[in-house]
Amino acid sequence: MSQGLSPIAFLTRTRRPGRIGVTDILSWAWLVLGTLAVLIPVVWAGLSSFKPAAEITRFPPTLLPRAAVQQTVPGFDAPLSLWTVDVDGQRREMAMVRRIGLKAQMVDPSNPGPPVSVDVKNMSPVQRLTIATENYTDPLTRFDFLTFLKNSVFVTFVATLLTLVVNALAAFALSKYRFRGEKAIFVLIISTLMIPLTVVMVPAYLVVVGVGLVDSLWGIIIPTVASPTGVFLLRQYMLTIPDELIEAARVDAASEFRIFWRIILPLTAPALAVLAIFSVLWRWNDFLWPLIVLSSRENFTLQVGLNAFQGEFSVQWNYILAMTFLSLAPVTVVFLFLQKYITTGIAGTGMK
Amino acid sequence: MGNLKLTNVTKAFGALTVLHGIDLTIDNGKFVVFVGPSGCGKSTLLRIIAGLEDISAGGIEIGGRDVVQLSPAERKIAMVFQSYALYPHMSVRKNLAFGLENLKFKRSEIETRIGEAARMLAIEPYLDRKPRQLSGGQRQRVAIGRAIVRNPDIFLFDEPLSNLDAALRVQTRAEITRLHRQLRTTMIYVTHDQVEAMTMADEIVVLNAGRIEQVGTPLELFDNPRNLFVAGFLGSPRMNMLKGQVTAMGEAGVTIDAGYGAPLAASIDPTAAKVGQAVLVGIRPAHFSVGDEGLPFVVQYHESLGTETYVYGTLEGRDEPIIVHQTGHFAPRAGDLLRIMPLSGRVHVFDPDSGLALLQSVRQRSDVHEHA
Repeated sequence: MSQGLSPIAFLTRTRRPGRIGVTDILSWAWLVLGTLAVLIPVVWAGLSSFKPAAEITRFPPTLLPRAAVQQTVPGFDAPLSLWTVDVDGQRREMAMVRRIGLKAQMVDPSNPGPPVSVDVKNMSPVQRLTIATENYTDPLTRFDFLTFLKNSVFVTFVATLLTLVVNALAAFALSKYRFRGEKAIFVLIISTLMIPLTVVMVPAYLVVVGVGLVDSLWGIIIPTVASPTGVFLLRQYMLTIPDELIEAARVDAASEFRIFWRIILPLTAPALAVLAIFSVLWRWNDFLWPLIVLSSRENFTLQVGLNAFQGEFSVQWNYILAMTFLSLAPVTVVFLFLQKYITTGIAGTGMK
Repeated sequence: MGNLKLTNVTKAFGALTVLHGIDLTIDNGKFVVFVGPSGCGKSTLLRIIAGLEDISAGGIEIGGRDVVQLSPAERKIAMVFQSYALYPHMSVRKNLAFGLENLKFKRSEIETRIGEAARMLAIEPYLDRKPRQLSGGQRQRVAIGRAIVRNPDIFLFDEPLSNLDAALRVQTRAEITRLHRQLRTTMIYVTHDQVEAMTMADEIVVLNAGRIEQVGTPLELFDNPRNLFVAGFLGSPRMNMLKGQVTAMGEAGVTIDAGYGAPLAASIDPTAAKVGQAVLVGIRPAHFSVGDEGLPFVVQYHESLGTETYVYGTLEGRDEPIIVHQTGHFAPRAGDLLRIMPLSGRVHVFDPDSGLALLQSVRQRSDVHEHA
């Protein structure tokens, strides 16, 4: 459609050529605001994940990760923070020794003499752009980030794979076989969509306890594998695959499983990709169910592990932000590779 | 081998019976066309032979084996579908190989067979393309190729030409006929197009409402339709029907009065009719001569096709439409009165109650009834 259109011509198109109307302004405003609304939290989280712990809670908040500069001054054991101070009508950088009420005692870092008392109104901290990489390195070394990551990847990968196979099998049966009660079963499956997870959580947990899957990754994977959304999505797509293809394969001596594997699955690829994206998102972001099922630290998934930074008395925002940002990466990558299927998945098979 | 025997094949979908006790024998190597209006059960019958539908009662034998319980693959049949049903995600080569792979053929044997079929159908240049990159005619040939590589006892075609344009249809029709001459394998071909049936078939099976109306060679069916349905279904435009009454019997046939003081001679067996019996007289549009005497025909309009002309109108004072065919240029004006007379030996006579044709006299009768 827009082939041969340069990016500039593409962006400056208006509803009526050569005239900027209300529609153009409104759509631009909508798109810009929408983009900002979606982008700002992510960008902020990303930038904040590089801030030192103290900077994150600072008010007013800053956009870029900066930190107060500290310097060792001869005669003082601890490093002192540097401040820009107006003393005697001139602006200097001084190190603060201590602060008492509205007064602070400062020394000249290069030439430490007796401290000078300065009004706090006349000083502001010296800050440099610093990247607090320890937000990333600390959890990776001190916390079990890699274990959590491994667990999350395992759960996401295996659960998605099983979801695709199990739901595709159910969808195949529901879309391509005629049997008594077929409609009823489909309606039953769909109606489970109306039952919220919180209602089934306790019984589901009891089942998991009963089969001995508590505190096991399989206890998270197996209960989530069969999803009504997946069955519905795949069934509707498979209905568009002509029955004649299946009959042709039967005449071609293909077994029913071979028909499923060689004919139906490849032709359902777009819908499978959509379901794969959903499934990856669900598993990866799932928090409540793993939190209930898992109890030992070495089995934690990333989302449950992140919760460990959130104690009863303190929240280590710097670590949470850094690890959250890291945990976004795999989902983003999956989405980048599969996103074209989200739109093509809705289009038809292109058979004729 | 590829001979087929259906005995009392009955098919019901719930309370709806779509096939009522079909009996049919097809000899090995024949090209048989099932023809009938939509909903007559011809496709269902084909799918039953293929094994894609169960039967409610009856028996099916292919090459002397009872195949009722066998899967499509075990019946050694191959089918060409109306939509071609090529696997869209596989190349042409894979499409052809799929059936053979399922039957665990050796790689080399598969290659040989694909090569042969591709050469026979001239699809070698497209072997590595996907079906969507092919034209309709090419897809059609690939679909036939997929049937050929299996080397089946019987080929089944389900309206394979209905998705092609007119010119390609004529060409593909000829190709399928040539293929049949080359392979000498039994082929069963379903169509609603009587031209395809007439031009391709060794034998035509006319179906209507789940029953076989008549079986025979194309010309047998054309010349001696067994009942009103076959008479009306085969031949284009339709056969004209006139109401009449038997007035006299003779050695060679009977005389029928259809009004207007012009007695029509029909060569039917005199023992099959009696004087005074009401009958329907069927005359094909091409079997009229236009002359000085005969039935009065009022012209309404005509269609000139260059080599032939169809004249539409009614008999004077009646409502039933009558069509008269004349070769070459012929341009009567609307409202003209023509005198038309059926050609001798071309008059069909039917019993209006049963719809059955009255027996042709011995001279005219052929072996058509042996099939029935």
